[in-house]
Amino acid sequence: MRNLLKPLGQWQMQLILLISICFSATVFSQDAEPSAIEPVAIDPAVIAAADTIDEATEPEFDKLVKALTQGSLPKRAQTAKKLAALNDPRTAQIIEALQTGNLYASKGSNPGVAIANGKTYTDAISGEKITEDTDALKRVPINNSMRTQLRTLLAQLNLNHKTAAIRLDAVKRMIADGVDEDSIALLQERQKTEPDADVRDAIASAVALLNLQSTEQQVRLDAIQILRGSLQQEVRTALSEIASNDADEKVKLQAQLALSAIDDRVAAFRLAENIFFGLSLGSVLLLSAIGLSITFGVMGVINMAHGELMMIGAYVTWVVQQLFPNQIAYSLMIAIPAAFIVAGLVGIAIERGVIRFLYGRPLETLLATFGISLILQQAARSIFSPLNRAVELPVWMSGSLEINPVLSITYNRLYIFIFGLLVFFALLVILKKTSLGLKVRAVSQNRAMARAVGVRANWVDAMTFGLGSGIAGIAGVALSQLTNVGPNLGQAYIIDSFMVVVFGGVGNLWGTLVGSMGLGIINKFLEPYAGAVLAKVLVLVLLILFIQKRPKGIFPQKGRAAAD
Amino acid sequence: MLTQRLLLSDRGGMIVLGLVLVAMIIVPICNLLVPETSALHVSTFTVTLLGKFLCYALLALSVDLIWGYCGILSLGHGAFFALGGYAMGMYLMRQIGPRGQYGDPLLPDFMVFLNWKELPWYWQGFDMFWFALLMIIVVPGILAFVFGWLAFRSRVTGVYLSIITQALTYALMLAFFRNEMGFGGNNGLTDFKDILGFPIAANGTRISLFLASGFMLMLAYLACRYIVTSRMGKIIVSIRDAESRTRFCGYKVESYKLWLFVFSAILAGIAGALYVPQVGIINPGEFSPLNSIELVVWVATGGRGTLFGAIVGAFTVNYGKTIFTSYSPETWLFALGALFVIVTLVLPKGLVGLFNRNKKVVNKNNATDSAPAMPTNTSGDNPASTLTDESPTITAAVKEPV
Amino acid sequence: MQYEGEESSRNVFYTGAAPNQQAIPAVDYLMKEMKVKRWVLAGTDYVYPRTTNKILEAYLKAKGVAQEDIMINYTPFGHSDWQNIVSDIKRFGSAGKKTAVVSTINGDANVPFYRELGNQKVTAEDIPVVAFSVGEEELSGIDTKPLVGHLAAWNYFMSVENDANSAFIKKWKEFIKNPKRVTNDPMEAHYIGFNMWVKAVEKAKSTDPDKVIDAIVGVEVPNLTGGTSKMLPNHHITKPVLIGEIQDDGQFLTVWETEGLVPGDAWSDFLEGSKDLESDWTTLKCGNYNTKTKKCLGAAAQ
Repeated sequence: MRNLLKPLGQWQMQLILLISICFSATVFSQDAEPSAIEPVAIDPAVIAAADTIDEATEPEFDKLVKALTQGSLPKRAQTAKKLAALNDPRTAQIIEALQTGNLYASKGSNPGVAIANGKTYTDAISGEKITEDTDALKRVPINNSMRTQLRTLLAQLNLNHKTAAIRLDAVKRMIADGVDEDSIALLQERQKTEPDADVRDAIASAVALLNLQSTEQQVRLDAIQILRGSLQQEVRTALSEIASNDADEKVKLQAQLALSAIDDRVAAFRLAENIFFGLSLGSVLLLSAIGLSITFGVMGVINMAHGELMMIGAYVTWVVQQLFPNQIAYSLMIAIPAAFIVAGLVGIAIERGVIRFLYGRPLETLLATFGISLILQQAARSIFSPLNRAVELPVWMSGSLEINPVLSITYNRLYIFIFGLLVFFALLVILKKTSLGLKVRAVSQNRAMARAVGVRANWVDAMTFGLGSGIAGIAGVALSQLTNVGPNLGQAYIIDSFMVVVFGGVGNLWGTLVGSMGLGIINKFLEPYAGAVLAKVLVLVLLILFIQKRPKGIFPQKGRAAAD
Repeated sequence: MLTQRLLLSDRGGMIVLGLVLVAMIIVPICNLLVPETSALHVSTFTVTLLGKFLCYALLALSVDLIWGYCGILSLGHGAFFALGGYAMGMYLMRQIGPRGQYGDPLLPDFMVFLNWKELPWYWQGFDMFWFALLMIIVVPGILAFVFGWLAFRSRVTGVYLSIITQALTYALMLAFFRNEMGFGGNNGLTDFKDILGFPIAANGTRISLFLASGFMLMLAYLACRYIVTSRMGKIIVSIRDAESRTRFCGYKVESYKLWLFVFSAILAGIAGALYVPQVGIINPGEFSPLNSIELVVWVATGGRGTLFGAIVGAFTVNYGKTIFTSYSPETWLFALGALFVIVTLVLPKGLVGLFNRNKKVVNKNNATDSAPAMPTNTSGDNPASTLTDESPTITAAVKEPV
Repeated sequence: MQYEGEESSRNVFYTGAAPNQQAIPAVDYLMKEMKVKRWVLAGTDYVYPRTTNKILEAYLKAKGVAQEDIMINYTPFGHSDWQNIVSDIKRFGSAGKKTAVVSTINGDANVPFYRELGNQKVTAEDIPVVAFSVGEEELSGIDTKPLVGHLAAWNYFMSVENDANSAFIKKWKEFIKNPKRVTNDPMEAHYIGFNMWVKAVEKAKSTDPDKVIDAIVGVEVPNLTGGTSKMLPNHHITKPVLIGEIQDDGQFLTVWETEGLVPGDAWSDFLEGSKDLESDWTTLKCGNYNTKTKKCLGAAAQ
């Protein structure tokens, strides 16, 4: 017992320190996760090594980090530059945190500086977790010009990052910011040891861009050859400069040839982009119209409340997000079945309560359902408020997939397109393979005969209406990701849904698919020439004219008992 | 004979027209001669309001003509109303002259701030009243002719037709909202100063417009009565009830429908033209699909297929709207929606049908009804009983020598 | 609250910002501080954006911007499919010159517009968007994370720190019984306008409209950004102009403001039809007096 109370001698202290360093080095030796988006976890082994170097005076690094959190915006910009000049391994993480708005500091002359990762804060200088006084931490604000400057600094720091993708982004950013002697020097340094082929190519382009300004003709010609295939906008701008202003005729010609080759490729990709826009508009129209087409085909009623059923689906999404605020990423998975059920139930209620009594009178049904749509709209205004509700996009739905510098596809539209097709094929399966589908088809082809063989037509009516309304609800979930969620959401899409149904033919799923995609693409191709509004007007006029040729749409209902 | 045919055989119509005539006499007196402090005084605001209702009644009449009697449900008649309104509006804009904000003697204000240097070709001629009157009739008429010819020729009927009329009015709305079109964009045409030399806001002018609206309504009503009691009227009714059969009997169904449609559009245009000087503004919102559907409910509420029912419906619903939106705006849309549902479910013959239920009971107890059995209609849209009760055309058909 | 100017009536007092109190200073900020060389003027198709864009186009040309560096685009109310337009903006903005978007887009169309900008990765550092119709209230209905860094120009921000503003915000939250509600520029305009009326009534010792109209010119009341506001003879008021960047909590961070107060100009000096016009209800007794022809144009007597 007495031995344990003996005070430790100096060499024992140093031994303990050494052991703890080794221990922490082994325990915390997992790689810091590479990410250009999220703040990186500070590697404490690095911190520990840095700390032991200078314990007496405050290191330059610490001083600058604290100064970064104080002072005016221009001063902050200066400090950031000085910080980047210090070749400290922690700099990249701090600059990134500052740029993404995750750098926090407390007030006072000796502020605590922290990097936030979600709700956890780690000290920027020491890397330790901060558990107390987190309320005192306020975000360090920056403005747009600082953001641009930090981005450049970060790109330069990231040139030596572990992950190839981040290095590639860094090179692209440096090209976008404009190449000059200094940045080229950095890039050529990197090029010597770069393992990744894509990054090497990008660096070669950057060097070639600089070489375009060279005074030697051959150097310029070589540069043009290298840049021939590049779709980057900066390359195109530089080449068009040369093509019009270069002193040498041969260089000019080469530049013009390269430029026209690039322009052809760009035009092809833009066409592809336009087609995608058209298809995505078409998929929205498809989701909106398919429910309408089914109910019209089976029951011969146009449901003017269809738009409001979509509105209900959109509001269900909002409600789900309110109920589960921490599960935004999964909110859509929950919202889709929920919207289907809620909208489907409302649809069945409408059918049983109103439409059933108006059997055989389609025009009156149209009016009655219009009245219901007014009631539903006003109900939404009263229950939720006339203002729009904010529906958040899950992270996986935002952003875009960049195929090349000219063509990028936004994720939300891509997913909605895929989703639309999935719904379409699901409906196709339901109608072709299930017993409900069989009965639905029977009733829509020849109601009297179907009843004669024992199909309960009234029940089929209710189920069909419920199915169509449920699909409308699901369409509303998709729409909530694209546009405002408010009481007027239905009104914006109802006329378009009608047009698709009239164009494609009633009660025919393939007709709805062709009709919606067709209308979407026509609309998007007219838009660059006529503007958004005139394009829509032209589509409507074309549709009216089309109806003259084929009054029942592209795929009309066939058979003697088809609705007149 | 004419009086008998137009009026005396139509009790409901006589009552309604009589009421309109009485109003046309009493209201101006109560406005001009009765002092303001008296309880019987009718304010100028009310005069304008009643004038507005009369225009709506004319519009409803035009829809009833083609829907109640021919089965064409047009959900885009607001377009013709608005076109007539714009024609009148253009005349009134030209009348402003140099009194606009920018002081330009020729160009209306909105063209000055769009930096236009000269008047577009389609504005020429609107400084003359007769030209404007001509346009009020011609423009909706031509549009209805083209649209109708295309639609009826390809035998587009029923719900499809209704949807395309929606598309028509929606397209026009989008087009007129554009500032480049030269019709004032979303602000429309407004800030009118005078009409035919008379200041537009003056009491006398308002009363004159009110009287003009009432007069046009009566004239249009009589014209419609003339049509539906004529041979054309019978054919139109048979088109409604059995279109294919009528066609196979040798009648050119498309022509009848087309001409009725054009006539109805002209009536709507005239209604719009009378409406605009009274409310002082015309904007693209009048083209809105919602407006066109709403006016169908006026007809349905009043009782379609009766002409005077349209007038009754227009007054009732719009009066209700004025009351509701003053006292309880949030519930107006609930009420309107409920009205749509109730009228279609419970009152297929409208308010007029309610009144006539008693009459039917009384008639059954009296002599045999000379109405022949009506063919069962396959379209199932209009209950056959509409004809046996209200429409004297059938009884007339039996009485008159063929 | 902004409006397009181009009017001055005797019985109306304009507490909203005229174009020279919002649009022009915003363009100045972009030109000088952010060195913007190419401009996209995107607006909703109605009179306010049309007039504002006309004024801005004339202003930009007067500052030497070439026609091909200006792109103007109008969309209908509630326009929701921005794919093409944002793609065009991206293309227009990658010609090598710094590009900015001046947005007079109103209402519902803003939500899909900003979403599309975010999805197509048009960041505020690349192509900043300065909006005139997006305030704290509109941001409360949008997810602002992709919007951080985009700008708005107003005469008031809820985030401005001073005693008058803090007191106003506190009173508002108590009144509306909702601590999450925000204040915005139109509210401040009301605050100023109403207080001016009160002061004018006290000055005229009557609520008779004609007496108040004569008394209100010259009245000065405090505003909520730490200064004062004065009623001018053309029936417009003086206002400071603030440029703010959107933060991810729906508030604005002021990044620039005018040195002093900007007096409202009813008739823009950059439009053909109105540059000769002047409004003065005290001495000239006219709302649209043509300084060239020395005549009063409009209905001055009414």
